[in-house]
Amino acid sequence: MATNPMHQFNVYRIGPEIKIDQIDISFTNASLFMIFSCISILLIFNLGSSKRNVIPNKIQLLAELSYTFISKMISDTAGSKGKPYFGFVFSLFMFVLFCNMLGMLPYAFTVTSHIIVTFVLAAFIFIGVTVIGFTKHGFGYLKLFIPSGVPIVLLPLIVVIEIISYLSRPISLSVRLFANMMAGHTMMKVFGGFVISLGIVGGWLPLSFSVALTGLEILVAFLQAYVFAILTCIYLNDALNLHH
Amino acid sequence: MFRRFFFYCLILNFAAFTNVNSAESGGMPQLNPEYWISQIFWLTLSFGFLFVILSKFILPKISNNLELRKSQILDNIETAEKQKKESENKIKEYETLILNSKNEARNYFNDARKKIQQDINKKKEKLENEIDEEINKTEKEIIDLKNKAPEKINKIAMEASSDLIKKLIGEEINNSSISAIVEDLAKKNKDKYYGN
Repeated sequence: MATNPMHQFNVYRIGPEIKIDQIDISFTNASLFMIFSCISILLIFNLGSSKRNVIPNKIQLLAELSYTFISKMISDTAGSKGKPYFGFVFSLFMFVLFCNMLGMLPYAFTVTSHIIVTFVLAAFIFIGVTVIGFTKHGFGYLKLFIPSGVPIVLLPLIVVIEIISYLSRPISLSVRLFANMMAGHTMMKVFGGFVISLGIVGGWLPLSFSVALTGLEILVAFLQAYVFAILTCIYLNDALNLHH
Repeated sequence: MFRRFFFYCLILNFAAFTNVNSAESGGMPQLNPEYWISQIFWLTLSFGFLFVILSKFILPKISNNLELRKSQILDNIETAEKQKKESENKIKEYETLILNSKNEARNYFNDARKKIQQDINKKKEKLENEIDEEINKTEKEIIDLKNKAPEKINKIAMEASSDLIKKLIGEEINNSSISAIVEDLAKKNKDKYYGN
C-alpha cells in the first residue's frame, strides 16, 4: 500500500468527527497543512514587519521583497486600479506558494494537489472578477466577448469562443495548479519506488532523477503559485480596464 | 518530452496499482468526495483568516515601513544636499577671507616699504645736506687759508729776511724797504709758489 504513488494524496480524519447537519467538516490532514501554511506565512511576515530598520535584516528583507514583488506584479498587469485587490492577491500567492512548498517536505501533504481546493480558489476568483466587472461596467462588461477589429462575418463564432474561454477560466486555472502538483509528487513517489525496487545495484539512476526532480518540483511550486497569482491579476485587469 | 514519458509511466503505474488496490482506493483520492466539504470549509476558514490578518495588520505595516524608508532616504538626501551647499558657501567664505587677508598683508607690506623708503630718503637727504654743509665749510676754510697764506708767508719772509740781514750785517734795516722787496718778489713768483 505504501508503494502506491497515489497514497500520498489520501485525506484522512485527524481527531474527532465534526458534523453539522449531516455535513462532515472533520479536521483532516489537508486542514492541518492549510493551517500550517497560514501560520508559517503569518509568522514570517509578522517577524518581517515588526522591526522598522532602515537597513532591513534578512527576514524583513524577505517580507519587503515579496511585498514589492507582488505589488509590482499587480501594477504591471492591472495598473493602478488593481491596488485595492493587493491584499487578496498577496495572500493568494503566499497561500498557494506555502502550500506547494510545504508539500515538498517529506511525509507532508500537498493541499494544492487536490482539485477541490484549487477549484474553490479559482471559482472564487472567477465569481469575484465577474462581479467586479459587472459592477464597474454594467452590461458593458459583455463587450469583453467582442474583440475589436474582428470582421462581422466571424463575430458570432468569435463571441462563442470567447464565452467558452471565459467560462473555462476557473477550470483551466484550477486544473493547471492541481495537475502540476499532483503529477510532480506522483512522479517523485514513482521514482522513489524505483529506487527501492531496483536496489543498491540499479537504484542510483532513479535516485539521481529523484534528486533532480526535487529541484524541478521546487521550481514548479514557485512557478505555479506565480502563474496562479498573475492569472488572477490578468483576469482582474480584464474586469477593471475594459480594453475591447 | 521527458515529462510526457514520465506521464506514460505514471499512467501505466496507475493501471497496475488500480488493478491491485481497486478495492482500497479506486484511483485518485482527489476525486473521492468524502472530505470535499471539509476541505472547502477549512480552506475558507484558513484562507479567510490569513487574508484578514495579512491585509488588516501585516501588509499596512510593511507598506508603512517601505514608505518610512523612502521618506527617510529622501530626507537624508535633502539634508546631504543642504550640507553640501553650506559647505560650498563656507568654502567661498574661506576663500574670500584668505583673499582679503592676502590683500591686507600686501598693503601692510607696501606701507611698510614706503615708510622705510621715506625714512631712508629723509635720512639720506639730511646726511647729504650735512655733508654739503661740511664740504662748504671746509671749502670756505680752504679758500680763507689760501687767501691768507701769501700774507703770512710774506710776513714770515719779511721777518726771516730782517733777522738774516741783522745777523749778516749787524745792522737794522727799515722794515718798509724789506716788505717792499718781499712783496715785489712775491708778486713776481706768485705763480711759482701758489700755482696749483
